[in-house]
Amino acid sequence: MSGSSTAQINHNEKKAFLVKTSSLKDVRTFCREVFEKLEIDPSLKDELVLAIAEAAQNIVKHAYKDKPDSNDIMVVEVSCMNNELKIAFYDRGTPVDPQKVKHRELDNVKPGGLGTFFIQEIMDAVEFKDGKKPWINHLVLTKQL
Amino acid sequence: MTYKVTEEGDTSTVFLDGEIDMDKTEGAKEVIFPLIDAGKNVNLNLSNVQYMDSSGISVLIESHQKALEKGTKLIVKDVSKSVLKVIMMAKLEQILNLE
Repeated sequence: MSGSSTAQINHNEKKAFLVKTSSLKDVRTFCREVFEKLEIDPSLKDELVLAIAEAAQNIVKHAYKDKPDSNDIMVVEVSCMNNELKIAFYDRGTPVDPQKVKHRELDNVKPGGLGTFFIQEIMDAVEFKDGKKPWINHLVLTKQL
Repeated sequence: MTYKVTEEGDTSTVFLDGEIDMDKTEGAKEVIFPLIDAGKNVNLNLSNVQYMDSSGISVLIESHQKALEKGTKLIVKDVSKSVLKVIMMAKLEQILNLE
């Protein structure tokens, strides 16, 4: 998916959130506020918020699957430079094996397995990088605006 | 997320409201599933749901499949533009009963 956009503003902003399902709404609110500042096209903004929320959800659902009572934080960083939008996620959950991150086939209709599909569909690039201390996982989503 | 349920004959209409994400899906299931289990046809009105992620989409799929198993029908009605976009991205517009 893609959308036209108007962002011309260089910007960097990050925020920490508890790794809880109840934080997902706060992640969306943070991103919407940043995208307002970046004057991103509303249609694209909705898609980007979905992709970001899915990535944050994956941290809660998968990286912290075995630590549901953790009080750890995850950090979401949104940066825009020369019309390239980067969203970075940092967490200290179970290390992600990028080889195992796959979405289900769309014609195999069943609950689950769509979050990663939405992220890949919306973003131009999805990179799992080595997390530098204190982080374990460092995910970067990129979109050319 | 808030909700309201109205009854007419063997059809229940569930009006969901707000944003449906992983934090809200259990609440949505707790409203919808018992109606299907009771043999009701369910109209799920999403006109006031402005955001739905993959967790919410999973609830729609589960509800649809549960209704098929029970021999009832789930109709997803008045879907907001933003939620319809997500349903279409998942290529579910031909699978779910949309009105």
